Amino acid sequence: MAKRIDVSGLNAYYGSFLAIEDISMTVEPRSVTAFIGPSGCGKSTFLRTLNRMHEVTPGGRVEGKVMLDDENLYGAGIDPVAVRREVGMVFQRPNPFPTMSVYDNVAAGLRLNGKYKKSQLDDVVEKSLRGANLWNEVKDRLNKPGSGLSGGQQQRLCIARAIAVEPNVLLMDEPCSALDPISTLAIEDLIGELKERFTIVIVTHNMQQAARVSDRTAFFNLAAVGQPGKLIEIDDTERIFSNPSVQATEDYISGRFG
Amino acid sequence: MDITTQKPAAPPAPGPAAPEDKRAARGATRPGDRIFLGLSRGSGIFVLVLMAAIAAFLTYRASLAISKDEANFFTSFEWNPTGVPPEFGIAVLAFGTIVSSIIAMVIAVPISVGIALFITHYAPRRLGGTVAYVIDLLAAVPSIVYGLWGAIVLVPHMDGLYGWLDDYLGWTGVFAWEGGPARSLLTVGILLALMILPIITNVSREVFRQVPRMHEEAALALGATRWEVIRMSVLPFGRSGVISASMLGLGRALGETMAVAMVLSPSFDISASLLDAGGGTFAQNIASKFNEATVMGQDALIASGMVLFVITLLVNGAARLIIARRKEYSGANA
Amino acid sequence: MSHATLSPKRSSLRGATLPKWFAWAVAAGSLALGYGISAAAGLHSDIQWALIAAVLFVVGSYAVSAKVEGGRQARDRTATSLVWVAFLLAVTPLASLLWETAERGVKVLDGYFLTHSMGVVADAEPGGGIYHALLGTLEQVGLASLISVPVGVLTAIYLVEYGRGKLARAVTFFVDVMTGIPSIVAGLFILSLWVLILKMGPSGFAGSLALSILMIPVVVRSTEEMLKLVPNELREASLALGVPKWRTILKVVLPTSIGGIITGIMLAIARITGETAPVLLLVWGTDFINANPFQDPQESLPMYIYLQFGAGSDPAYDRAWAAALTLIAFIMILNLAARGIARWKAPKTGR
Repeated sequence: MAKRIDVSGLNAYYGSFLAIEDISMTVEPRSVTAFIGPSGCGKSTFLRTLNRMHEVTPGGRVEGKVMLDDENLYGAGIDPVAVRREVGMVFQRPNPFPTMSVYDNVAAGLRLNGKYKKSQLDDVVEKSLRGANLWNEVKDRLNKPGSGLSGGQQQRLCIARAIAVEPNVLLMDEPCSALDPISTLAIEDLIGELKERFTIVIVTHNMQQAARVSDRTAFFNLAAVGQPGKLIEIDDTERIFSNPSVQATEDYISGRFG
Repeated sequence: MDITTQKPAAPPAPGPAAPEDKRAARGATRPGDRIFLGLSRGSGIFVLVLMAAIAAFLTYRASLAISKDEANFFTSFEWNPTGVPPEFGIAVLAFGTIVSSIIAMVIAVPISVGIALFITHYAPRRLGGTVAYVIDLLAAVPSIVYGLWGAIVLVPHMDGLYGWLDDYLGWTGVFAWEGGPARSLLTVGILLALMILPIITNVSREVFRQVPRMHEEAALALGATRWEVIRMSVLPFGRSGVISASMLGLGRALGETMAVAMVLSPSFDISASLLDAGGGTFAQNIASKFNEATVMGQDALIASGMVLFVITLLVNGAARLIIARRKEYSGANA
Repeated sequence: MSHATLSPKRSSLRGATLPKWFAWAVAAGSLALGYGISAAAGLHSDIQWALIAAVLFVVGSYAVSAKVEGGRQARDRTATSLVWVAFLLAVTPLASLLWETAERGVKVLDGYFLTHSMGVVADAEPGGGIYHALLGTLEQVGLASLISVPVGVLTAIYLVEYGRGKLARAVTFFVDVMTGIPSIVAGLFILSLWVLILKMGPSGFAGSLALSILMIPVVVRSTEEMLKLVPNELREASLALGVPKWRTILKVVLPTSIGGIITGIMLAIARITGETAPVLLLVWGTDFINANPFQDPQESLPMYIYLQFGAGSDPAYDRAWAAALTLIAFIMILNLAARGIARWKAPKTGR
């Protein structure tokens, strides 16, 4: 079910501004890959090219190839809506649908894809909430608005919503940056469990987090403000944090800039 | 509550050595401040008095008329305030006002929401911007111009549609048409719809534009089509805004005078058909009957104006209530 | 469906998608078909064939899309076509309104028209102009502004800078109520006060009073919004320097927000310039020049349009359109200028 991502020669633009240039990398299935780098280096932009969310920003445009197993996401005749069903996403700030209950939030993706029996929906909602380690906290308030949960719970609700449609890949854009340390810990544990089933890509500002949760780490950087962001290197997390092959990576990790 | 009464217990003046302290402590009572506060509070009070006066005068004159009315003011189909005995009632006017406003709302609200979505979510950006700007300006076109256009351009164009409605839906009675110029409540409703469309569109557009990006992205990331994004995040978020915009439009439709007076060919009866000329609205009736009215006639018109006033008050109040109640669900706090 | 895994067909990311030109093709097809059907059925009205074409467009694109792309895509397409249809449905008459006014209006609109009154011109004769109406409109709107601007701005200052407690809440509430007063009711009020109780005759000033009732709440609302945009730090900075409150308001708060306030006032003026109903009740209208707004009936532009429309002859219609064009032009210029000022003098808050 989890799929391999193979990116080659990818450029992304905002209007005429080249935001990231010539990125190639492979993301292995059933692993966690972390993107790190200074602000504005294009790691979030790159993440959003992996489920064709980049092009919904006005002026957003992408060149290059993103292979999901053997299918190019940017090939002719590919339906971006179908892509986003296969490649789920969790955002920086928890964004449950404010007018929907906890239950409806989790079921939202399924309801888009057709009619299901109530019992089937119930099963999936429970399974997804359990998968997001949230079931025990919300099972008595499934019909309360999702926006009434705490920040950390909301974020796990968003994860439950994303995994309910059984995507192949789960993208996470700084999922813990708006959360307190305890909620962060809960999400990190969850990521460890989810990688058994999904290919996970996570953008993070927090290098300890990258070191804790990821199997591989990619370091992005930009030459100067206004220049496009580039992939500096990608390697096993252990290597990146102990013995990176590029000087800039070491400088960044040891806190000399960024 | 006001500044002047907050005068702190003036510290015993330590003599001429410290004039600065004294001035600072009594800042609120210096003449400049007092005059300025007086002026601005006076204006506020003036507004209050004005409203009270409006209510009082209208009630007084209306009561003069109603007390002499020999017919039932609410149910009579007559309008003969100068007759002996005077007989008049607002049933026809209330019917016409409400029916034409309902027609206007039924047409204008969905179309306005459509245009607002068109501007914010469908149109290419430049086209959307231009359309938004033009619609904004159209909101400023005075009703007299709508009336002129409605009476001279729209009315003749309605004939074909009327014939059609009569052919296919005439059996319902509501859409039966005897022929004759299309100066009926339906045409009035359509014209009112056009007039309130810019207002509803503008407000709805603003609300849709304020939908937090992250709610839309949440839907997109689940693999929602554009319509599903709108249904899941844009419409729920914008609902209260659209309702208040519609109420604003309804308020204008209820009170519209000139456009109705120019298009409608009035008569004092209620017809089952919306297509046949006839009927009337509160505002239109005041404008067209006013010229020949005596003092008693004017009082009767004032009484009908009073009813219109109360109806618009109720509509505006309802709008505010709906907004207040909806707020907790709107997610505006996100 | 025996097991509970809910995976829809995930064979491919490719849905069958219709090409980009599909929507245009359906649109063109339904226009042609709509026109054809109307021609065949002998329908004369353009409203009819446009409606037929619109229905054909929505139904056609749904049907084809449902067959090729599947239900969800088809619903998405239907929403798109409905939105486009809504746009066209509304834009066509509104464009017609502007177009007809411009086209018919320029016929008699010239220097003569702007500088002459109706004087002794009979209804059915060509000639005459709107000089008396322009004069009346300027005087009535000017007087109304003279009353409303100080009252409105001062009320807003009271609400934002001083207002706490019951009085302020009452004022806010009644300003809200006033915003919803229909113009004819405002006219009736002044009528009952001015004409029936004070026994005064019709005059431009009576009209100005009614226009003020309509204008004051608009000015209060917009000024209030603008004053609220002024950051509190500015006020505190000035007060901390020992500047008295009234001078802080005059020298710091008002200058910061003056652009927005002027914009609001101009939009309010634009709104009352087109009001007809109160003028009809209180100023009556006349064909002659009356420069004195305090005595005897006066004309105003909207009133002129109404009277010419009522006259019912072709030359009178031409005059009505020309006056309508003048009125729209006047209001549009006010609107555009107001926006210009708003952009130029946008309050420099935060950021």
